[in-house]
Amino acid sequence: MSGVAGLTRATLAKDLRLEWRSKDAINSMLFFSLLVVVIFSFSFDPTAEESRRIAGGLVWVAFLFAAVVALNQTWAREMRNQVLDAYRVSPAPPNALFLAKVIGNFIFVTILQALMTPLFIVFYNLRALGPAYQLPIVAALGTWALVVNGTFFAAMSLRTRSREIMLPLLLFPISIPALLAMVEATGAILTGEFSAKFWIVLLAAYDVVFTIASLFLFGLVLQAE
Amino acid sequence: MKRAFPILAVLTGVLLSYAMYQALVVAPTEQTMGDVQRIFYYHVPSAWTAFILFAINFVASIVYLIQRNAKADMLALVTAEVGVVFCTVNLVTGPIWARPVWGIWWTWDLRLTLTLVLWLIYVSYIVLRRFSSSGQTPLLAAVLAVFGALDVPLVYFSIWFFRTQHPQPVIGGGGSLDPRMWHALWINWLAFSCFAALVCWSRFRLEVLRRDLDETLALEALLEPRSSKARSS
Amino acid sequence: MSYLYAAYIATWTIHIAYLATLLRRYTRLRNEIAEFKGRIDDK
Repeated sequence: MSGVAGLTRATLAKDLRLEWRSKDAINSMLFFSLLVVVIFSFSFDPTAEESRRIAGGLVWVAFLFAAVVALNQTWAREMRNQVLDAYRVSPAPPNALFLAKVIGNFIFVTILQALMTPLFIVFYNLRALGPAYQLPIVAALGTWALVVNGTFFAAMSLRTRSREIMLPLLLFPISIPALLAMVEATGAILTGEFSAKFWIVLLAAYDVVFTIASLFLFGLVLQAE
Repeated sequence: MKRAFPILAVLTGVLLSYAMYQALVVAPTEQTMGDVQRIFYYHVPSAWTAFILFAINFVASIVYLIQRNAKADMLALVTAEVGVVFCTVNLVTGPIWARPVWGIWWTWDLRLTLTLVLWLIYVSYIVLRRFSSSGQTPLLAAVLAVFGALDVPLVYFSIWFFRTQHPQPVIGGGGSLDPRMWHALWINWLAFSCFAALVCWSRFRLEVLRRDLDETLALEALLEPRSSKARSS
Repeated sequence: MSYLYAAYIATWTIHIAYLATLLRRYTRLRNEIAEFKGRIDDK
């Protein structure tokens, strides 16, 4: 088991180091997210009360788009350097590679959320009327849900035409329960009108189911590509 | 086997005609909704048929993942396509029924939303199969089918809770059915199931032919350069 | 009432459209097979 953990850590460290040097993904995601926030702010100009109701949806759609930008480049480096072929013939467990990619994407998207959230608070005059401490929990669980399936579908899309479209096409329908949960939970916490507990439990269940499924089936997908 | 097809096609045609007669003429007119309610006899069997086809797809996908059986893969492909067709019918007849009766085209209630999500998942399944150029497309598709199946209960619970939080009138409401209505419903379901089976069978045969030809062409391409080289030298 | 007809017509339009695509694929396949047979006969 230490083999998987060690390999995961090493791969993750390598990815983060490479990303820190080039800042490819982060820069493009950042600018894209900024654009999304500004455009949404132009299109909707709600009152403070209305904005608390709809902010959940707006924020998560923006995060979703940003996540897709991150996910699309997940395997780009590996594709360029034939790393996947090397992985296929090595005895290294494929789950380590997968986990490293998922955690890397999770970190990227979380950084993005941390940068975008103040902007949203400013543009929409947001203030949580419910238990604000639940928001990071929702954010973490929701981001994991998007990122674990997204990384998996990104790997499945590697040998398809229109790869960049294939990923959201596969990801969005499957993510619907998670998206509904994220949006509803955020709305519940901001408006304080009802409890987000059920949605948080649903998100956790979603994360567990699809993390296990992805870990179980990633080996097959890696072989297939 | 080949002679059975035209006979079954004719029988199915007769059954479908009888079913339509049942739905439009024999079944009694509904009290509150009037004749528009007869859409029900097409709307509901389409949903049942689609769900059964998707269930077969799930089983076939699992069989493929375990055994790598080509027939299982073709069955998965076929049931997905025909399932989407029936699901589309359901999603189109639903709003057409809802509009005159309840005044709205659409509502995010449990049944409709679940059907829409299933439709989306299976359309993405079909797109994956068409766009994937990997030799392992059947495997990827089977994996997607498993993911989709895992998603369904989660979709169900999420929408169910959403509806308890934001309640709305239920469309296509319950209420008991006159036995003649049940009869018309079952007949239509039977007719459409036979129709679905025939369409699946046709699509299956088409796929078998397509794959045979592709294999033969691939073989030809393999043998071709060698034989032409031998002739020229 | 027109809604009723619209629904039934829509249903059969969708089914017939799908069967039409199957037919088109089938004829295309038949042409490819015929062309292939012609090719190997030439050799």
